[in-house]
Amino acid sequence: MKTICLYFEIHQPNHLKRYRFFDIGTDHYYYDDYENERAIVDTAQRSYIPALRTMLEMTQTYGTYFRVAFSVSGVVLELMEQYTPEVIDLLQQLADTGCVEFLAEPYSHGLASLGNTDSFILETKRQARKMKELFGHTPKVLRNSSLIYSDEIGALAAQMGFKGMLAEGAKHILGWKSPHYVYRCAADNRLSLLLRDYKLSDDISLRFSDTSWPQYPLMADKYIQWIAQLPEGENLVNIFMELSALGIYQPLDSHILEFLRALPAAAMQADVNFATPSEAIAKNKAVAPMEMLDPVSWNDEERDTSCWLGNGMQREAFNKLYDEKIVGRILACPDRRIKQDWDRLQASDNLRFMTTKPMHVNLYRSFYDSPYDAFTNYMNILGDFLKRVRDMYSEDVENDELNSLYTQIANMDAELNTKENEISRLRARLDKYEPKADHAPEEPKPQPEKKAAPAKAPKTAKAAPKTKKK
Amino acid sequence: MKVLMFGWEFPPKIYGGLAVASYGITKGLSLQGDVETTFCMPRPTGDEEKFLKIVNMSQVPVAWRDVYYDNIKDRFVGHTAEDYYRFRDHLYADFNYLQGLDDLGCIPFAGGYPSNLHQEINNFSIIAGVLARSEQFDLIHAHDWLTYPAGVHAKQVSGKPLCIHVHATDFDRSRGKVNPTVYGIEKDGMDHADCIMCVSELTRQTVINQYHQDPRKCVAMHNAVYPLSDEIKAIEPHKNPGEKVVTYLGRITMQKGPEYFIEAARRVLARSHNIRFCFAGSGDMMNAMIELAASYGIADRCHFPGFQRGSQVYECYKNSDVFVMPSVSEPFGIAPLEAMQCGCPSVISKQSGCGEILSNVIKVDYWDIDAMADAIYSICTNEALHRYLSEEGQREVDQITWERVGLRIRNCYDQLLNNGWFDNDTYLKFKA
Repeated sequence: MKTICLYFEIHQPNHLKRYRFFDIGTDHYYYDDYENERAIVDTAQRSYIPALRTMLEMTQTYGTYFRVAFSVSGVVLELMEQYTPEVIDLLQQLADTGCVEFLAEPYSHGLASLGNTDSFILETKRQARKMKELFGHTPKVLRNSSLIYSDEIGALAAQMGFKGMLAEGAKHILGWKSPHYVYRCAADNRLSLLLRDYKLSDDISLRFSDTSWPQYPLMADKYIQWIAQLPEGENLVNIFMELSALGIYQPLDSHILEFLRALPAAAMQADVNFATPSEAIAKNKAVAPMEMLDPVSWNDEERDTSCWLGNGMQREAFNKLYDEKIVGRILACPDRRIKQDWDRLQASDNLRFMTTKPMHVNLYRSFYDSPYDAFTNYMNILGDFLKRVRDMYSEDVENDELNSLYTQIANMDAELNTKENEISRLRARLDKYEPKADHAPEEPKPQPEKKAAPAKAPKTAKAAPKTKKK
Repeated sequence: MKVLMFGWEFPPKIYGGLAVASYGITKGLSLQGDVETTFCMPRPTGDEEKFLKIVNMSQVPVAWRDVYYDNIKDRFVGHTAEDYYRFRDHLYADFNYLQGLDDLGCIPFAGGYPSNLHQEINNFSIIAGVLARSEQFDLIHAHDWLTYPAGVHAKQVSGKPLCIHVHATDFDRSRGKVNPTVYGIEKDGMDHADCIMCVSELTRQTVINQYHQDPRKCVAMHNAVYPLSDEIKAIEPHKNPGEKVVTYLGRITMQKGPEYFIEAARRVLARSHNIRFCFAGSGDMMNAMIELAASYGIADRCHFPGFQRGSQVYECYKNSDVFVMPSVSEPFGIAPLEAMQCGCPSVISKQSGCGEILSNVIKVDYWDIDAMADAIYSICTNEALHRYLSEEGQREVDQITWERVGLRIRNCYDQLLNNGWFDNDTYLKFKA
């Protein structure tokens, strides 16, 4: 019996504004709010909302037969919280049906997995917490930004406790092998790999409305037939794409959603199942290790990282962004604005705008004229951001020192907390023995004390670096 | 295939970009193998390269003189005494009334751009009538407005197709305030032409919209550059590691937008002090620019070394970190290509024709001084961008050769001769 594993990525970058070099040091706000609002509202209205509604209806019609998975980047969640909370509502409703799995991914949709391991682990965990908070499940399967995967990243994911990871079924990696099996990570066999079937995925996300495509028009029964007719043993078909493929790349008037809606019925007839990534991993045994030494992604014909790191400018921006000292400082510092800017600046789209690869399709470049324009603008912003990070602590403080300082503060806070709890406990006990001594037995409530403790912590945290500067 | 070509300048005597382009085009055509060019110019020096036949218009007779071969045979620069007698056999009217005829019955030209330019243009076209009657050729090619009347005359005499090459229009030179006489000459030449070759799409649009020409007979024929000679390649750059040099190279005149360069310099210098701005060139706005720089208090960082010639130009490119061409209207603009050959990244205005064939340059609107300043600052501070533009730019510009231009011009000639008319759409299809 064949199984379809359907997964959609939800991500939109934060659009940067035009930032000239003379703004460096004077202007610390980097985003084009108007464009952000326009883009996310437009995408939500044309794609996310109709597509998610359709899937919600499908779960109502087919019960638990229809299954689907999503991953939502942290930066787009922030945007949606601000501009289109209805998308989050829809996702929550979908989560409540039990047919949907949410995957973990790096919060920023950035390239931390290639640049800085610590930051990658932290932001993936942060994203997983956010998923738990919003949708009630802790993700068990990881998908990296743009499906970037290599053995090294796989090993990291396994260490973090993930059961599986999504990756691209790139031709140059697979060779004669089929993507329709579960594989395991070559560096750590605890981790299972689901490989994208790029042909069947792109049939929907790229070619569906292309009238010059010989298979046009694509109908659900024909599509399911392709899957049903796969050779014996090739049981798992991984169809991964961006959610905006439904409605933006393939416009709604191409009847893409009708196609989606008709899929389960056609699949039922042909005895084809749906599964979420976790279920697919649980049901199918990994057949062999899959070695991927160099990072592979789902972007471009090359399926590698060349669209982000292909030229010198991109590598320069990347190296500046993931400079070890800088990352250490950002991770250590308690400043929320710095952390938020860091998330937004990491988004891989920023690097993608600088690509100089010849493109067969028109590349969306935001408002930039050229890759050089994109680079200049990004470097100006990064220049300001890095300056802010550097200004927080003096140059000669090592990150280890900084970290130990902050751990010390955290430990002292914890110590203070336990001591205060102890005091209040003892005082309560004291009150029991001397009830008439004073008339305020309610005064030392443990609750307000607990609240006060975290409020004090940042104060001490802020004070510490200042003293260190001297 | 024989081409009768009219031009005003030719190396080694260079007045402006026209000489360089004329050389490139004729050289490119000669590399095609079967194109024979006769290049007619007012006053050759005799030191021109010998890959094409040169006709010295100062020594083509317009009035009959009885001269002995032995007396005159060594006097000719360009063509020979035999040519002189052949020309003399084809006089078509008596021009003895003209003032300033010499003993050979010729009208001597001063060369270059003297004050009686309109008179010289007229004389040039009179002589073209003699040439058109005495020479055998398949088509006529005229460079820039100075030679359009000659081209038109030759066409009317011979009935051969006329190709004119628009290196600039008066709209570019005057920021829209055209000289009506010049406009008249340009328009007349274009009206009579069978094919109008424009050095860029930008110029092509000017020709279509301002001179009301049929788009089908206008074709964008971009210029190219010669590979650098070994002695130029051997020039060692002198760079001060602590400082960056940003260069403007060209005439300091309205068309080139020098004031935008000063404005951008002011913005950059407000932020960073290790950048110098170099204005290489001379022109009518030079003093105004020096004053402007002084009034902004940046005169200590702006340098005006004056007109650069020969290898000085290349030295200048090699010593620079950024080359800027903020032209308000530039039909083509060969300078950024030369800078890129020397590995110097370029910032050019979007109103420059060369931008149409270059991708490894930064393009900004000439009036967008913020963007220009940003681009300059970015190249100066980001080593990665400088390296990328320098290396990729050099690679890109090495692909832009006159030989390819020659082939494209050749294709136009073929179409013109085979069909009797020129159609840009057919040409583009053929090119693709």
